[in-house]
Amino acid sequence: MKRLFPVMAVWLCTFGAAAWAVDASPPLADPVLQQRYLGLTHELRCVKCQNEAIADSPVEIAADLRREVREAIVAGQSDEQIRELLVGRYGEFILFRPRWSARNALLWLAPGLMLLGGAFVGWRIVSRRGALLANDSSTVDAESEPP
Amino acid sequence: MTALNRFVLPLGGFALLVLLLAVGLRQAPDKGIIVSPLIGKPAPALRLPLLNEPAVMLDAAETFKGRWYLLNVWGTWCPECRSEHTTLMQISQRYTVPILGMDWKDDDAAAREWLQQLGNPYEQVVTDHEGRTAIAWGVYGAPETYLVNPAGVIVHKKVGGLTLDIWQREFAPLMIRGGS
Repeated sequence: MKRLFPVMAVWLCTFGAAAWAVDASPPLADPVLQQRYLGLTHELRCVKCQNEAIADSPVEIAADLRREVREAIVAGQSDEQIRELLVGRYGEFILFRPRWSARNALLWLAPGLMLLGGAFVGWRIVSRRGALLANDSSTVDAESEPP
Repeated sequence: MTALNRFVLPLGGFALLVLLLAVGLRQAPDKGIIVSPLIGKPAPALRLPLLNEPAVMLDAAETFKGRWYLLNVWGTWCPECRSEHTTLMQISQRYTVPILGMDWKDDDAAAREWLQQLGNPYEQVVTDHEGRTAIAWGVYGAPETYLVNPAGVIVHKKVGGLTLDIWQREFAPLMIRGGS
């Protein structure tokens, strides 16, 4: 089995990329636009198969949405305008990266708040144990150690 | 103080987490259903060729001006549309509301055959081969049904197969309340 791993790795590198390349459309002529196209299609969620980006989804509606993004880019719309266009039709659901808003505030702040909470609890424990040591007047007695 | 730290705080934190998840579960719509942001908004433009006369374009806003209508998105490739078709036939027989069919990403010949075999509940059927109009309406899977009021505003959307029960519970009351 182990001997097969390099073979499998080579196989994956050769054919895997082709298998995953769902988007068959030719790249945009302008590399800057193509970069934006790739960025957007990877951060917009496919509406049918809902845990994939439209760039990775083989279903037809994803291809239609990619076409929509491509045409909007070529027409000179900004990334934010294109996001707005699709949010207007499918809701914020389509954004893999939720927007900063009152409704989403907890979502964005929760990791920081949890980290702060954890740090506070940790600090409390350490400082309490430190205080115990400072107040400890007993001496280490060799005879009181367990046998 | 120690008792508070050792038990009440973790328990309180746990209770908060449970509350958060409970609210999330309760608010989460049915799995996979996207709530349309277009409800309460003017219906997007719909100008598409007729299934039976592809040279003729139908403009939904013009054709259904001042009338309630249903837009039903379907396709012969969609298994759920076949079971929904019975309901659409019943609605068209029992109610006066016109149904506009949008045959989405489909083969015209297959669609005509389908209507011949299963009956035609639609006042008009248009075809959207490229799927552009469907995207403008926020369609993501057939069948989908929109209810549009006489002012041209989308008042309801059902994703998935329509049944008479859903029709009577979700669609009919809106039309009675809004007047027809």
